[in-house]
Amino acid sequence: MNAPTPAAPLRKAIESGVPDNKPHLHPTLLKNYGNWKYHDRPRPGVLHHVSHTGDEIWTVRAGTQRQMDVYTIRKLCDIADQFAEGFVRFTIRSNIEFMVADQKKVDPMIAELEKNGFPVGGTGNSVSMVSHTQGWLHCDIPGTDASGVVKSMMDELYNEFKTEEMPNRVHMSTSCCEINCGGQADIAIIIQHTKPPKINHDLVANVCERPTVVARCPVAAIRPALVNGKPSLEVDEKKCICCGACYPPCPPMQINDPEHSKLAIWVGGKNSNARGKPTFMKMVASGLPNNAPRWPEVNAVVGNILRTYKADARPWERLADWIDRIGWPRFFEKTGLPFTKYLIDDWRGSRANLNASTHIRF
Amino acid sequence: MAKPMHPTPNLDQLESGPWPSFVTGLKRLAKDKDYVVDILGHLEHSYQTRKGYWKGGTVGVRGYGGGIIPRFTEIKDAEGKPVFKDAAEFHTIRVMPPPGMHYNTATLRQFCDIWEKHGSGLIALHGQSGDIMFQGATTENVQKAFDEINDMGFDLGGAGPAVRTSMSCVGASRCEQSCYDEAKAHREVLNTFLDDIHRPALPYKFKFKFSGCPNDCMNSIQRSDMAVIGTWRDNIRTDEALAKKWFAKHGMNELVNDVVARCPTKAIQIKEIKDIRKTDNISSVAVNDTQALEIDNKDCVRCMHCINVMTGALATGTDKGATILMGGKRTLKIGDLMGTVVVPFLPLKTDEDYEKLVELGQKTIDFFAENALEHERTGEMIERIGLVNFLEGIEVDIDANMVSTPRMNPYVNTIGWDDEVARINAKKAAA
Repeated sequence: MNAPTPAAPLRKAIESGVPDNKPHLHPTLLKNYGNWKYHDRPRPGVLHHVSHTGDEIWTVRAGTQRQMDVYTIRKLCDIADQFAEGFVRFTIRSNIEFMVADQKKVDPMIAELEKNGFPVGGTGNSVSMVSHTQGWLHCDIPGTDASGVVKSMMDELYNEFKTEEMPNRVHMSTSCCEINCGGQADIAIIIQHTKPPKINHDLVANVCERPTVVARCPVAAIRPALVNGKPSLEVDEKKCICCGACYPPCPPMQINDPEHSKLAIWVGGKNSNARGKPTFMKMVASGLPNNAPRWPEVNAVVGNILRTYKADARPWERLADWIDRIGWPRFFEKTGLPFTKYLIDDWRGSRANLNASTHIRF
Repeated sequence: MAKPMHPTPNLDQLESGPWPSFVTGLKRLAKDKDYVVDILGHLEHSYQTRKGYWKGGTVGVRGYGGGIIPRFTEIKDAEGKPVFKDAAEFHTIRVMPPPGMHYNTATLRQFCDIWEKHGSGLIALHGQSGDIMFQGATTENVQKAFDEINDMGFDLGGAGPAVRTSMSCVGASRCEQSCYDEAKAHREVLNTFLDDIHRPALPYKFKFKFSGCPNDCMNSIQRSDMAVIGTWRDNIRTDEALAKKWFAKHGMNELVNDVVARCPTKAIQIKEIKDIRKTDNISSVAVNDTQALEIDNKDCVRCMHCINVMTGALATGTDKGATILMGGKRTLKIGDLMGTVVVPFLPLKTDEDYEKLVELGQKTIDFFAENALEHERTGEMIERIGLVNFLEGIEVDIDANMVSTPRMNPYVNTIGWDDEVARINAKKAAA
């Protein structure tokens, strides 16, 4: 009889942490690390950096769908191997960048990227790729999709990605709940719920840690309650602001609603310190339907804001800088967006957002 | 060959149009994988009903408490069985990228091979916290995929109440505006907290982000608990050849309207070359034979605008380091918070400088772990206890750079004023 095979020892994780960037750097980047002098942009989608040693590198930036299948990634690797010495990097907005030491390779590489469906652009004063979240594909609390919204939007903004015709760069984001994982942006599209959560009282006791859920509510609208003899939670619907904060810790408090989870548009977020200090974005529209698969109503509002900004802003004005100059009343006038009472802030500290002056543009 | 596709009339509409389509990518994977056939069916169901159908759970790898995002389907038939049975489990593995998100293609190809074998074949580059997201594996395959990814020298990122995966900009590797070695800071800080990344036990999440200059390409001020943003203390550097080249192309109107007039502190003036001040704090550069830009560096707030416009003609200084801001986060629960200044300038040149940055991170995490309430971010904690208490806790001296304005109300007991003045004077005398 054979002795039983001893079980292989279980592999222990190697806690190696953040890997070194050096093996992943293009040789020209490695050689000139920390020694760059200036850059310019020979055409949209291309950056040209010059180092203090005189070395030069051309970067070609292309848009991707972020959520990539292995065939797409391998195709991008093939292009990198053919033209860019086998190195790439990704931007925070999921654009891919190829570094090329030989200027002669730039145009052929652009042709190859475009031939394979990857738009070259996203540099300087263009509309870059929308930074986004997981949505229906993978998130456990999504009010809408992410990749689909972005695909619809970038189809419409394709030419603005490929050209540099905006007053300054435009960063956009989408988020499928009010947690706003997509982040602050010049223009952001975010779910805005309009109905309090529907509570499945049969499940609350087993699924939710009730004191935690009570503590999550920003307006103290949730309290423990006995419903049909079971320990559950109840919501004071007059107080509820429909933010959805209770939903992640307690999925039986269903906040997502196919009809009443709407989309809101926010503008004027800016993280750069350039010119003015960084700014948070402000809500300028809401109540837009969650109209999959292409969200035409959202695209119409975003397109309108972008067209108005493009026509009216001066060079180097980000969306926030432009509104700073023309004022909020004229922003609403020029875009035709209605200024409703819901846009007047009443959260804590909100009086600082009121106009405490006679500064009014007539 | 995989099983037949489910009808996907909604998703099909996302294949038209010029932008790369994730649906086309998924369909290609579905040719060989029943798993992805059902993922497409699952997603189409969401499109038709406008709701999400994934719930969390507990899936991990040996030795770690976080880093895997578990997903189980909630689309069940009358008997409680998954309708899309091959996609009943769709977990994501979060993996930390190299600083600056650089990759050699051999690494990316190896990722693809591993994920084709053990997962769905769908990889997101990158998630909003910076992770490489290997999207879609069964519970059984998570450990196998992790083992192979881990053998390549890559490690899991954070999830839950943990130190989270970090991001750093392209920085020193390709940007002239870089004010420190972002990758070095990123690795030294994050790799100090591996236990806090892999075993979530903090009050809530804690994010570090690293931007090489005040353009803050990593959006650290709005999105991280501790933002490390490069800056400099000495004068803006100038290059006459590049300044004249810029002026020849752009002319006086753009120089005035786009550079001088947009300086937020009016630190820049156009002057006749002969009138340029010759004091220590002045940077100047001729733009033609008679006129020059004069920058008073004492008035400059290092906003980057003029340097962004006249790249190379104007450049960051050489006495470089970072401004550290803490407490940034988005809305929930008390409202948006920007990071605010905690260290106006930390030099980042020597190894000791970087050790000081790590120490500051350690003190901050220690204080956060001890003092924050459950599900309270650093910014919310600072708002609750006040900046002064927080600074005492992490042993940082107050500085007038930390405020926009001094106090605007009298509601404070100033009985300790004289002692405080004496303490500050004694400290000044000792320095």
